Amino acid sequence: MATEILMPALSPTMEEGTLAKWLVKEGDEVKSGDILAEIETDKATMEFEAVDEGTVGKILIEAGTEGVKVNTPIAVLVEDGESADDIDTGSNKTAAEADAPSPSGDALDDTDTAKPMSTQPGASVPEPEPVEDPEVPEGTTFKTQTVREALRDAMAEEMRADEAVFVMGEEVAEYQGAYKVTQGLLDEFGERRVIDTPITEHGFAGLATGAAMGTLRPIVEFMTFNFAMQAIDHILNTAAKTRYMSGGQMSVPVVFRGPNGAAARVAAQHSQDYAAWYAQIPGLHVAMPYSAADAKGLLKTAIRGDTPVVFLENELLYGQSFEVPDLDDYAIPFGKARIWQKGDDVTIVSFGIGMKYALEAAEVLAGEGISAEVIDLRTLRPMDTKTVIESVKKTNRCVTVEEGWPTPSIGSYLSATIMKEAFDYLDAPVLNMTGKDVPMPYAANLEKLALVTTDEVVEAVKSVCYK
Amino acid sequence: MTHPLRLHVPEPTLRPGDSPDFSGVPIPKAGSVRRPPVDADPEDIRDLAFTIIRVMARNGQAVGDWAPDIDDDELRTGLRHMMLLREYDARMLMAQRQGKSSFYMQHLGEEAISCGFRRELAEGDMNFPTYRQAGLLIADDYPMLLMMNQVYSNEGDTVHGRQLPVFYSSKDHGFFSISGNLATQYPQAVGWAMASAIKGATNIAAAWIGDGSTAENDFHAGLVFASTYKAPVVLNIVNNQWAISTFQGIARGGSGTFAARGHGFGIPALRVDGNDYLAVRAVARWAAQRARANLGPTLIEYVTYRVAGHSTSDDPSAYRPKEEGSAWPLGDPILRLRDHLIARGAWSEERHTQAEAEIRAEVIATQKEAEAIGTLTSGRLPSPAHMFEDVFEAPTPHLVRQRHEMGV
Repeated sequence: MATEILMPALSPTMEEGTLAKWLVKEGDEVKSGDILAEIETDKATMEFEAVDEGTVGKILIEAGTEGVKVNTPIAVLVEDGESADDIDTGSNKTAAEADAPSPSGDALDDTDTAKPMSTQPGASVPEPEPVEDPEVPEGTTFKTQTVREALRDAMAEEMRADEAVFVMGEEVAEYQGAYKVTQGLLDEFGERRVIDTPITEHGFAGLATGAAMGTLRPIVEFMTFNFAMQAIDHILNTAAKTRYMSGGQMSVPVVFRGPNGAAARVAAQHSQDYAAWYAQIPGLHVAMPYSAADAKGLLKTAIRGDTPVVFLENELLYGQSFEVPDLDDYAIPFGKARIWQKGDDVTIVSFGIGMKYALEAAEVLAGEGISAEVIDLRTLRPMDTKTVIESVKKTNRCVTVEEGWPTPSIGSYLSATIMKEAFDYLDAPVLNMTGKDVPMPYAANLEKLALVTTDEVVEAVKSVCYK
Repeated sequence: MTHPLRLHVPEPTLRPGDSPDFSGVPIPKAGSVRRPPVDADPEDIRDLAFTIIRVMARNGQAVGDWAPDIDDDELRTGLRHMMLLREYDARMLMAQRQGKSSFYMQHLGEEAISCGFRRELAEGDMNFPTYRQAGLLIADDYPMLLMMNQVYSNEGDTVHGRQLPVFYSSKDHGFFSISGNLATQYPQAVGWAMASAIKGATNIAAAWIGDGSTAENDFHAGLVFASTYKAPVVLNIVNNQWAISTFQGIARGGSGTFAARGHGFGIPALRVDGNDYLAVRAVARWAAQRARANLGPTLIEYVTYRVAGHSTSDDPSAYRPKEEGSAWPLGDPILRLRDHLIARGAWSEERHTQAEAEIRAEVIATQKEAEAIGTLTSGRLPSPAHMFEDVFEAPTPHLVRQRHEMGV
């Protein structure tokens, strides 16, 4: 049977090339491995070898032809007894036909595009129920703790429970952490497990990634997430992708944590919210807690899991106090939002420090007779969109709040999801309240303007409520 | 009087069209470099970063302190590994040229380094390799069929069609999934080694890097940590003279040799003939012993030459003299070990020719087996169902949904 020889792709990026020279002519016998032709790509000139045995029946593309697309038939190989006339150049015809307008000309027929959108093929797949928070038994006492203390307790508890857990970062040991989050850890666990590092985020993130492959469970503290850009290759190209790239053989159980987002007057290079960045990466889990209880429960889960976690804290929240259940083992599952307050008129969705504006706005709005349901996503990957959708189906309105930039943002993803899942329930467009689309200015007045404000959230809610 | 400033840009001495000339590369006589004890003070062996440790002399004899004690069987096995790797490379290169794979990277001329090094590691040790150390797998008897399946990205590929050809991955064979973003291997191997030390385990790690990517900050960060914490790690630099089209002088700068980079960190550094299988085994053994004895890291520069192109997308005739590979003064690692085995009466020309034919038949048979499963363009391809697996420990709801939407 005659076989077509196709223009080969000689590099992963090659789309077309020049057939520089034929080293065989029609009638020549060739065997596997014989060089047939020289082909020029944008990078190099390469020899192209025969795969099969046979006789060159016909050369379809002349030497010197430029711009020959990959997979174009360039010659035909025939077996003994066949002649070049028997050659069925079927695939050529098919290609030509495919280019020509089809007889009925219905490719652009209205009936095709005007067809009502089919229900999503996945719609019949039941959504797995998000895992619920651990039960807080009746009679549990609560203690008032700052977010800082709650994070420290989470690390200390997990370090007591598992020898493999250790903390490393700049100034985490002797200095007790740049923001004192690792307070007391050196005294309790010693310098073998609380490690001060040289100033090389790239170095210690890579080291932690390697240690995690070596079955330890590192907690890496970045002094702030702004400096984690130095280390992004290890976080994104190794930690997040290793399980996938190794075919499931290896995982990287590491937690990268530290303050994220704007503090006060530290300007463009030290005030960035990376929530949407990290939430975009498959293979990572991303948590961004608001309250002390959630900070503690989510960090414990992060340390125990085998998935690399980016744990985004906030400097301004470290000193805020919340009620934390006094339980031995308070671990909160990822992928479950917390409904902070129930409401009927509008859904406000936020996370991290955005919750501060969301809750303040809800209070102002309550005074004006608008009842807001306030949802804290808590983790951005996985993200509990189910709770949001259910809420929007009830309130028919939604405003999202975050400190990061608007394009694209967690809010824009939520908007798209709500449009897809609850389009018919919406009485107003979903509004995304975000930081302004500028690097953070230093001046106090400008900084305030660049961030999302409680007033803006209040105005947005009124606008979607048409009030 | 003032002079205008001039920018210094190092240039290779020769370019295409020139006659290859390595007379400027000083090659010490085999056996002339001393072998210090493994606990030597790095300060006392600084000279070993500026010479070349060589064992096999021109007449095939193994000479000097570094000549390792390896029996005939093990050496014949080593020769077989290198021959297997070379034949495998040749078949896979041809397969790429035939369109059965999109991409391939060969080891031509560098076979001794990864094949030899692996034999000095123990089970459970971990390599963080680059793409030119497939000998680590071959010398550990990793099935060649699985390597071919990976290059063909067929249904038998253990990483399910997710990685570029030659980016193998095998935890059981101490071969961490390859990062194409080079130099990440250094801090990660050091971290793995520190973890081993923290756990009180006995396994060591090995980091791999080429001459070019020693310029990456990862290389330096890796050395800082290895030095500070005396990590049980062997830090390998394969200096094959060319980082794609960039000659090694660009990354080396004024430091004389790559091995000398270790000195600023107080890390003992050795420079070795990378085409001398016995010398590779000897220095790898020395470095592994140091690591296992809690003496800390060793930096090794293997002096070799990348005879083939960087990858199948590269055409070296555009930037270096065509005959440079055959003029390389350190010779062909396979022929040198063959000659040594013949000199010690453990091999012959006839047996070598016969082994070549047997190995070729073996590799071709394996290739047929792999191609019966599939190649890049035909046969049984990786299942789209695998596309959604291993992103997380367990699939998340949105991944399950996307998978169902795709109907797989």
